[in-house]
Amino acid sequence: MNPDHYRLPELSLRFVSVWRRNFLVWRKLAIPSILGNLADPLLYVIGLGFGLGMLVREVQGVSYITFLATGIVCQSTMNSATFEALYSAYSRLATQRTWEAILNAPVSLDDIVLAELVWAASKSVLSGAAILLVICLFGLSDAWASLWVLPIIFLIGLAFAALGLCVTALAPSYDFFMYYFTLFITPMMLLSGVFFPVEQLPPAVQAVAVLLPLNHAVELVRPLLLGRTPDDILLHFAVLLGVTLVGYHVALVLCRRRMIK
Amino acid sequence: MAALSEDAPAPLEIRGLRKSFNGVDAVAGIDFALARGECFALLGPNGAGKTTTLKLLLGLSVPDAGDIRLCGRAIPVEARQARRHVGVVPQNDNLDPDFTVTENLLVFGRYFGMSAAAVRSRIPELLEFAGLAGRASEKISALSGGMKRRLALARALVGDPELLVLDEPTTGLDPQARHLIWERLKQLVALGKTVLLTTHFMDEAERLANRIAIMDGGRIVVQGPPREVIARNIEPQVVEVYGDNVVGWAQREAARHASRFEISGETAFCYADDPRALLESLQHQPALRYLHRPANLEDVFLKLTGRELRD
Repeated sequence: MNPDHYRLPELSLRFVSVWRRNFLVWRKLAIPSILGNLADPLLYVIGLGFGLGMLVREVQGVSYITFLATGIVCQSTMNSATFEALYSAYSRLATQRTWEAILNAPVSLDDIVLAELVWAASKSVLSGAAILLVICLFGLSDAWASLWVLPIIFLIGLAFAALGLCVTALAPSYDFFMYYFTLFITPMMLLSGVFFPVEQLPPAVQAVAVLLPLNHAVELVRPLLLGRTPDDILLHFAVLLGVTLVGYHVALVLCRRRMIK
Repeated sequence: MAALSEDAPAPLEIRGLRKSFNGVDAVAGIDFALARGECFALLGPNGAGKTTTLKLLLGLSVPDAGDIRLCGRAIPVEARQARRHVGVVPQNDNLDPDFTVTENLLVFGRYFGMSAAAVRSRIPELLEFAGLAGRASEKISALSGGMKRRLALARALVGDPELLVLDEPTTGLDPQARHLIWERLKQLVALGKTVLLTTHFMDEAERLANRIAIMDGGRIVVQGPPREVIARNIEPQVVEVYGDNVVGWAQREAARHASRFEISGETAFCYADDPRALLESLQHQPALRYLHRPANLEDVFLKLTGRELRD
């Protein structure tokens, strides 16, 4: 137990130099990365949207493909932020020892973890934006509403990056991440109203579902894309922001425990 | 590389430093200080506490007790600020494999708050120094072990540090690569940089260091200039004797003519102030081969830390 590990983060713009390191790596592989971001969720939207859409027709007053696509924006953002905060950040933390190298420079662990948080969220904005673009091209939502949603996408990315970094800080190996996906990410994807309204669930399950951060993300993004005003805007923002702030601090404490013995 | 003003603080002062992990002392109360422009070597067997000491002084580990001042800053509280003036060459290669040689330096310079232009203007000089001129756009995976180590050295110099900290800088390198690293470190000391290195190569320490400290079990067992440490801690002459039945000979003759002897495998190490009687005795032993040499740091090291293996 080292009380020093628990002190509040010291936030500074120094994180930008570490963010730029990750950006420079990404730039080298940008095209395949963007295609990857786009292809997977697009398959969901088209495959499930048209396929299931034939059966379901309308959900909450819109076509099923519209309902689905506005949920997939959030799910895709979550996935992208999660993958980056798990696999890629873990590579830099453990496999490549990039963090160790950076810590020899005048940069603190607080800066590095903040950089990873913001970087994973930045990357997830690309994923989210790619789906938004498809939604606009299909005429499922109008472009102006999509622009509104971009900053919210970034916040969703931050929240899931923060959660992912907590897992990364605890991970003994890449295999560990399977637990996180199986026990948390996949159930959340199914329970958060991405594929069907939460109201379809039994009341007991609904009670759990309303606690899930992805649910709050969907509750904000879907109405905005459909030109409606979300209910409980402040609550949803507060949850996403709270997950980000608490998650970042917990991730930082866990990283300090791991790296600064 | 800029000169330092005269009133700059000492590069490093350590007093009463302690650190234990799970009840085992890794560093058990050490004191030392570096003077500006000197090369100081921390020697010790594996597990002696050398790397822990480096981590502590860089603020990457939190001490249980003791004071550390690095470039005038209190560690660990102001470790980040202090590291602005320190270059580190780590034991493990942690160059960025996603980048070229140049990109590694550019990206690292940014961690020091340097602009891309400022780093770029230094890169030709750094690559020249590291013997990597012409390899600027090479991928890291295309570099040999020696080149990687030299790039790590160039990377450590990006921020024009006062103090250079190197953890086993030549471990795993071939003799040519080692000599080149030694050459460069000597140049840096000549330029007024302070160098702190850990090593378990005694010849490296004897060649490079103005002062050494031998660590064992988390303590500094001896420190001083290498010649002085040798003179103070061991007989000046060593005769190494090899051959069949060396043990029998040593027990008869070395016991009489040497002030001390040790048997290690098939070799008897005989330590003496005056080796003439020993050498005379060896003239009558055609079956034994021997080597007569002055005592060196390795003899002191083995005397103080023992011959048993450390893993």
